[in-house]
Amino acid sequence: MSNRVEVRFSGSGGQGIILAGVILAEAAAIYDDKNAVQSQSYGPEARGGASKAEVIISEGEIDYPKATNIDILLALTQVSCDKYSSDLKPGGILIVDPQEVKKVPKGEFTVYSVPIFQVAGEKIGRRIVGNIVALGAVVGLTGVVSRKAIEEAVLSRVPRGTEELNLKALQAGLEEAERLKAK
Amino acid sequence: MTPRAEGEKKGRDVRLMQGNEACAEGALAAGCRFFAGYPITPSSEIAEVLSLYLPRVGGNFIQMEDEIASIAAVIGASIAGVKSMTATSGPGFSLKQENIGFACMAEIPCVIIDVMRSGPSTGHPTGPSQADLMQTRWGTHGDHPMIVLVPSSVREVFSETIRAFNLAERFRTPVILLMDEILAHMREKVVIPDPAEYSVVDRLSPGGPKDKYLPYANDRDVSPLAAFGEGYRFHITGLYHDETGFPTGLPEQVRCQAERLIGKIERGAEEIRNVEQIVPEDQQGSLDTVVVAFGSTARAANHAVKEAWQRGKNVGFFRPVTIWPFPIRELGEFCRGVRRIIVPELSFGQLAGEVRKWIEPSSRLVPLNRVDALPISPEEILDRILEVD
Amino acid sequence: MAFDYEQYIRPSTFPHIWCPGCGNGIVVKALIRAIHKMGWSKDDVVVVSGIGCSSRTSGYLDFNTLHTTHGRAIAFATGIKIAKPRLHVIVVTGDGDALAIGGNHLIHAARRNMDLTVILFNNSIYAMTGGQYSPATPEGKMASTAPYGQVEPNFDIVRLTEGAGASFVARSTVYHAAQLEGYIAKALDREGFSLVEAVTQCPTVYGRRNRTPNPVTFLEHFKKDSVPREKAEKMTDEEREGKIITGIFVDHPRIGFIERYRKMSERASEVRKRRYIQGSGPKSEVGN
Repeated sequence: MSNRVEVRFSGSGGQGIILAGVILAEAAAIYDDKNAVQSQSYGPEARGGASKAEVIISEGEIDYPKATNIDILLALTQVSCDKYSSDLKPGGILIVDPQEVKKVPKGEFTVYSVPIFQVAGEKIGRRIVGNIVALGAVVGLTGVVSRKAIEEAVLSRVPRGTEELNLKALQAGLEEAERLKAK
Repeated sequence: MTPRAEGEKKGRDVRLMQGNEACAEGALAAGCRFFAGYPITPSSEIAEVLSLYLPRVGGNFIQMEDEIASIAAVIGASIAGVKSMTATSGPGFSLKQENIGFACMAEIPCVIIDVMRSGPSTGHPTGPSQADLMQTRWGTHGDHPMIVLVPSSVREVFSETIRAFNLAERFRTPVILLMDEILAHMREKVVIPDPAEYSVVDRLSPGGPKDKYLPYANDRDVSPLAAFGEGYRFHITGLYHDETGFPTGLPEQVRCQAERLIGKIERGAEEIRNVEQIVPEDQQGSLDTVVVAFGSTARAANHAVKEAWQRGKNVGFFRPVTIWPFPIRELGEFCRGVRRIIVPELSFGQLAGEVRKWIEPSSRLVPLNRVDALPISPEEILDRILEVD
Repeated sequence: MAFDYEQYIRPSTFPHIWCPGCGNGIVVKALIRAIHKMGWSKDDVVVVSGIGCSSRTSGYLDFNTLHTTHGRAIAFATGIKIAKPRLHVIVVTGDGDALAIGGNHLIHAARRNMDLTVILFNNSIYAMTGGQYSPATPEGKMASTAPYGQVEPNFDIVRLTEGAGASFVARSTVYHAAQLEGYIAKALDREGFSLVEAVTQCPTVYGRRNRTPNPVTFLEHFKKDSVPREKAEKMTDEEREGKIITGIFVDHPRIGFIERYRKMSERASEVRKRRYIQGSGPKSEVGN
């Protein structure tokens, strides 16, 4: 069970949090040939307010499907950061969009600030691909799935005709990660 | 269709699927070609997936006006010879009960999916629960047999849905597949097996002269079932009937049919039952503690049991995959001489009550109940295992 | 030569359960003659019924027969018809069965234009359970649960099913047996949802409570107070009071459900690959 990795994406409804979770899980399960379980908040929560998607990745069987001891947390809003950061484990990684999350919680974890929506808006020209930029940043900073896997997973999920746009977004996220790691 | 790693794994069909999707896919694999349902959270994705696929494979999908009509149409389609299914959640399942009894009595194969949510009444539509356990067994009135399957992974939802159809056809009876909201909505890796890797059972068709056909013969547990329109022109009723299918009030006939109805499942129980039993690899002597759980709770229990092994605890794990008929013999043997039996479940003790009936009086039963629409965590179960008593 | 009813019945199921003077037998005979007129093989005919006196009809007829739960015959029949469209599916039901407990199925089958023929035996009462008032019991009439007279207005079955979208709707009475047979034959011939209301009598539990215990009184009433639709249209509301208006009220050929579903399936089969859950279109986010 030691290779169990728990990832939580959180934000507000409409940010594409759940799709990002599905893509990460598919990257792990289908393209990296590991096991993955993905679950999410349901109902009104998924349509606004604070929403979350959780992905558990493991080489072995995954028994308990919910995240309780988070390795990687992505927070795209202050509300979701406040609500979903309490079970981030010591030594874990917190990735926030600094434009949205002004008050970063304190704890024994590493914090990375990635201006996700600014990158999506300015570099790609479409804020809507923020979730894909975020995926790039998460994968670049943590290596939770391989780059090849996340690329293939993104390509298989995004609407036809938007492949190039989304690959650019993914690449932009990966570059942000490289920039931060080089610091 | 969810993406697949085409070509990569030599044609292996690997997908990340929701429990509800796996259920729909399993139904199609089992030969289901008719679905009637009514929208209800958290089961609606089953209907959505089948509304997409059934018309493409020569099957039929219909969203009926209510839950009762849905199960009625499903039984009707099965009578016409087509494997049929409906899916619902607690409130809708309650509404279907009378017609589920009809299917038991008239011995019409069909599959009912119940994705549990908390209740009573509207309850918590998106919160998990396991409190329909007794309703699946005793929801419809009168003495009746019931087969209920409780998968605990998305992969198992696929395979158990196929088994649900197979058992329905084999025993000419409604079969219920019981899921909970967690399993229904979570996505998990599934390697879709090749059709050669699973068997699909079809109901027996009658042979012999059509005017001698007995749809409810006394001398066998399960008679062949002719489909309407094949020249048999027989009668189906929810009244007690004789072996020809026509109503009877003769006590001898009623007793004979009633005993056969219950007996066919009792005598078939060995074939129907399915359990998972896990003991520590280095098990010494009899188990000290056993954890009994089903559905998504079983996953937390499994996790907790493995943690307990690391701490040197002599703990076993028992998971019914078929919950009705209840695995009386298997549970009894597994729990022989056990000091303590922990039963975590998302209800006020529906499973614990049944377990209590079949264990030795010297074993102590420890219920662990959660009814706040949140799952039981592995830590909660581990705490109980480690509790000094 | 007299019509040979026996070729369509199951003698082993007789005697039937209906009381002396009951009108149900007349409706059943009209139904048998109408089916005979269609020239269908008995193997291709399905009769589905619910619960009540009239619903016992299914057991007496030598077709594929299904006696279901109370109110649900139309829903069971819907499943049979969709699963095996080549079968001719007829629903036999009563006023309590079809209008009260089964009312939802009736209006939705009409709305869908489901390819079924419903023969609705209207005896204005729940007879089998002992004479409780039904949605077809006229205001003021006595019933075992209306000891001071029925206070509710009754359904007009014709207007109800017409409004819901039926292709064919007609009404006749057991006094007009030949006309009834003709209407049933027309209904059987139509694509989509067709319904014939057969006004019949229950002298035992309805008649006795309403001072008409003699079946002949009913037949005389059906004869005297029935008014053809064309004539009734020229009458005032006052003149129509207490009358039974007979005739064909709806006969609009429309494509039935089965054919519409078949066409949709053809289109669906042409869709090569589409994802169930996708990041675009109305399902913009997984899980919504």
